[in-house]
Amino acid sequence: MAIEFKQVDFTYQPGTPFETKALADINVTIPTGSYTALIGHTGSGKSTLLQHLNALLKPTSGTVLIGDREITPATSNKDLKSLRRKVGIVFQFPESQLFEETVAKDIAFGPQNFGVSEADALKTAADMLDLVGLPATLLDRSPFDLSGGQMRRVAIAGVLAMQPQVLVLDEPTAGLDPQGRLDMMEMFAQLRHDQDLTVVLVTHQMDDVANYADHVIVMDQGRVVKTGTPRDVFQDPEWLLKHQLGLPKTTAFARQLVQKGLHFDQLPLTEDELAADLVAQLPASAFGGGSTDDE
Amino acid sequence: MSQIIDVAHLNYRYPQQSADDLTLKDISFSVAAGEWVAIVGHNGSGKSTLAKNLNGLLAPASGTITVDGEVLSEDTVWNIRKKIGMVFQNPDNQFVGATVADDVAFGLENQGVPRDEMLARVAAALKQVNMSDFATREPARLSGGQKQRVALAGMIAAQPQILILDEATSMLDPRGRAEVLQTIQAMKVAGNLTVLSITHDIDEAASANRVLVVNDGELKEEGTPAEIFRHGPELIKMGLDMPYAERLKAALKRQGVQVPADYLTEKGMADWLWQLSSNK
Repeated sequence: MAIEFKQVDFTYQPGTPFETKALADINVTIPTGSYTALIGHTGSGKSTLLQHLNALLKPTSGTVLIGDREITPATSNKDLKSLRRKVGIVFQFPESQLFEETVAKDIAFGPQNFGVSEADALKTAADMLDLVGLPATLLDRSPFDLSGGQMRRVAIAGVLAMQPQVLVLDEPTAGLDPQGRLDMMEMFAQLRHDQDLTVVLVTHQMDDVANYADHVIVMDQGRVVKTGTPRDVFQDPEWLLKHQLGLPKTTAFARQLVQKGLHFDQLPLTEDELAADLVAQLPASAFGGGSTDDE
Repeated sequence: MSQIIDVAHLNYRYPQQSADDLTLKDISFSVAAGEWVAIVGHNGSGKSTLAKNLNGLLAPASGTITVDGEVLSEDTVWNIRKKIGMVFQNPDNQFVGATVADDVAFGLENQGVPRDEMLARVAAALKQVNMSDFATREPARLSGGQKQRVALAGMIAAQPQILILDEATSMLDPRGRAEVLQTIQAMKVAGNLTVLSITHDIDEAASANRVLVVNDGELKEEGTPAEIFRHGPELIKMGLDMPYAERLKAALKRQGVQVPADYLTEKGMADWLWQLSSNK
């Protein structure tokens, strides 16, 4: 399901001393089936844009097209329920929203709210727990007895239980250790593949953008300032720096090498790409059997 | 250098744990005044529990904690807390002010700092974390990274002797994180500040003088960042990322390139590659 923004403005608390313009003239499309990364400096409007994806916020002016549903400033708050089902948002630290006595009941809460019977919802809960890579033995446990990483997976299972077509992830790996981060990112890639999802990822981790996304939206001061593939976006380091954004580790390192005189036709995005590029520039004596201390 | 923190045979268990099940097991270490120590470990290893023991938010089952010459107890905890500033991962849990400036001023009001000085210190602290434009905003409406900057400004204004950062830069973008780390480094140099940072971030760990590795509630290892980073892929199990040079080494090895076994910084790695390629 595609989501399209047409000339969207959004202002928080208009007409009060706290009035803040958060989005200005947004024209952007999140294509069906894409893995779209939404990047931008702290406070660039990413989280505000995100809340428009399932009409938690409505534009102050302009239109958001979510599938075939049109959201305008005049759209009534009634009848938005079906949208919330189609676009599932995993907020930052989603584990803080767990509340039920057991993991099973917590995951089943959403579907039951949409009229699914308790028995069916509990069955869905068991399926979803498996989908997020947790054992069925956790179903009857209190969610509060789980580790942070497990709690987060349970919260994500709760969003997946609504069987959304678009999965929106707001810095989903914040606070996880590196192994947990990697496991979580692999899980999303797998889910996207298996469940045929459109994924929107809000992140500061440029390595995740390079490794997983196929479409990038760059925001700065409430505006969309660039869209393209990760390769397009990361070929212009100066521009990114100007918008207070970083580079994937590999791209930053390759730039250091360029300053020393090595050459790349295109700046590489991952370490395997860089290694392959380097191999062509190294002498035969560099190759041999595995690791050695320098001669 | 004098020891500002001394932890001896610290054991801790949460109330629901049985007597032989400990979250922290026989932890002993010291931190010198003016030192920056990073505490690393995977999620659930006991790092945050350790931090909360240090300023008396949690009380140990046994063992002693000495801060600036005072043994931590019910009688000394209030005095010790004045010396320690803590920034948590999710600052929502520690905001009290209606505006950003009020929040940053809160610690100073408690210390009875005169109003003129307080206003100056608040403004300077917000400037240092690039949040001056947000002084009259509500903390709750800021983004995750902005909240972490405000929480840090509160500490800059309060000028504690010891700063404990519990994954306090996790929500910042890489550039924001680099700025915050520079700010802390500058505070450290200017005021003999002691820093304890709990982190998964390799750059933050690299800023430290010394790294402590905690696993399953035990202190497993300590060393300089270079000593610890030499572990390569093992670092992932310790809750740290692999340094970039190590990741690239692994990728080169997969291509059949002979790589040095010793730990290289990024600069060292770039130099090595440059030298190697100029032999072609």
